[in-house]
Amino acid sequence: MAALTRLPSDTRFRRRLARRRALDKLFHFIFFASSLIGIITLAALLFDVFRKGLGWLDWDFLTSFPSRFPHRAGIKAALAGSVWVVGLTALIAFPVGVAAAIYLEEFAPRNRWTQIINTNISNLAGVPSVVYGILGLAIFVRGLGLGRSVLSGALTLALLVLPIIIIASQEAIRAVPDSIRRASYALGATQWQTVRHAVLPSALPGILTGTILAISRALGETAPLLIVGALTFVAFTPLGPMDVFTVLPIQIFNWTSRPQEEFRAIAAAAIIVLLAMLLTMNALAVYLRNKYQGKTEN
Amino acid sequence: MENQSSDQQPDKITVENLRVFYQDFEALKGITMGIKANRVTALIGPSGCGKSTFLRTLNRMNDLIEGVRVTGSIKLDGEDIYAPTCDVVDLRKRVGMVFQRPNPFPKSIFENVVYGPRRYGIKNRVQLMEICERSLKQAALWDEVKDRLHHSALGLSGGQQQRLCIARALAVQPEVLLMDEPASALDPISTAKIEDLIADLKKDYTIVIVTHNMQQAGRVSDYTAFFLAGELIEYGETATIFERPSDPRTEDYITGRFG
Repeated sequence: MAALTRLPSDTRFRRRLARRRALDKLFHFIFFASSLIGIITLAALLFDVFRKGLGWLDWDFLTSFPSRFPHRAGIKAALAGSVWVVGLTALIAFPVGVAAAIYLEEFAPRNRWTQIINTNISNLAGVPSVVYGILGLAIFVRGLGLGRSVLSGALTLALLVLPIIIIASQEAIRAVPDSIRRASYALGATQWQTVRHAVLPSALPGILTGTILAISRALGETAPLLIVGALTFVAFTPLGPMDVFTVLPIQIFNWTSRPQEEFRAIAAAAIIVLLAMLLTMNALAVYLRNKYQGKTEN
Repeated sequence: MENQSSDQQPDKITVENLRVFYQDFEALKGITMGIKANRVTALIGPSGCGKSTFLRTLNRMNDLIEGVRVTGSIKLDGEDIYAPTCDVVDLRKRVGMVFQRPNPFPKSIFENVVYGPRRYGIKNRVQLMEICERSLKQAALWDEVKDRLHHSALGLSGGQQQRLCIARALAVQPEVLLMDEPASALDPISTAKIEDLIADLKKDYTIVIVTHNMQQAGRVSDYTAFFLAGELIEYGETATIFERPSDPRTEDYITGRFG
């Protein structure tokens, strides 16, 4: 038998050990610094926005319409428009998205066609939002004659967020263990009953989380709504789905492109409102996820 | 193959030349046997011998697996369960199943037990409560959970969860109860409780139990079927199988020479 390789002598081992430890510390630092970059950037952005805009954020700001004069301008129209559009988007996209996910996971046969559909949905999730705007313009604004209305905007955004809802719901449904389904079938339940009473209740937290995240994405969209015809200066709140509208991100965009410094400041104030809405929705998603995760775990 | 005995019980389930294929693999190679009503029939054999596959054919749970083919006939009370006219949902109500690992729904104890009856359209709260109490008593779990019926089933111990699954299966009032190694994931005390339960239940139900624990088969069953590599080697009264097996392979397995 050949002689075993001898480990380095004591002193050589200690010198190498010091070098190994130093390298270990170096990599710790590099990884830490990398994550710090993202956090610092976010913190800088937040700091800048708050510094510029917090002073302008008051009740008048929330309840006034835009104006040529920054001191009198407010986000009332944009806020209402956002709520209308995103609300309608959720109403359209949620049932369609969840139904599609249920079909793909529980009813569709596992063949090449289903695989093609799944791949396409993943691809759709990555399509730039501008493309959805062009699609919406062709189909909803012009094709169906809905014009530059809240409904056109909502339908366009619904198409945009549909893949997100479908994929998140599919994953939530897939995460329900098969033993639960088998238990239901063995008791003499039909397939729909099994889906409705055994699978969906367990999958609901994941589905809700995915939906909320999809909605917050819709809240921040600008390009597709611009193409579909959201106005940039609106002095009224929408009264119905066929009204013209504007949304917060577009209002922000409009103000930041004005030369006066004050408009930049109220843009910052509007950004704070938008961030607050996004943060609330994300917090709700996290809360729901944690609450139901406790329920379904052993 | 069947021993002529003084047992006059009719066959609840008759299996004739049953073959089961997973794609090209022949998991069961022509099984013929009769399962007697109101008796406990144990299926024993080494891992992979096909006993669980056989159990699953009795309530068509194999239908849920892709690529499974079944030939031959299985008759429940004289009617072929694989006939196109047979409603598989109704079959599974008549032939219930308890699985190896307890699989309660992430719902309350009450909702677990009444899951089946609810699906059949029973909505009346009083009726459901009655069913719940009756089933939990049959499963010897009522006293332990009667004060926390609306707590999550996941808070119960393993043994309690398995008895809950038995109660849940009994709540739909089946005629046959299939049990796939029901105590293998449990501690000895829970196992003993479940074995006592089985002895009680056979008064009202026909029970088929898969077990790899030979002592358990000897303790609870009236009839035993020994499977090996997809074939039914020997089937008869438990006492005979264990004390005077006809086939040397049966004797080898029972004495622990393999498996």
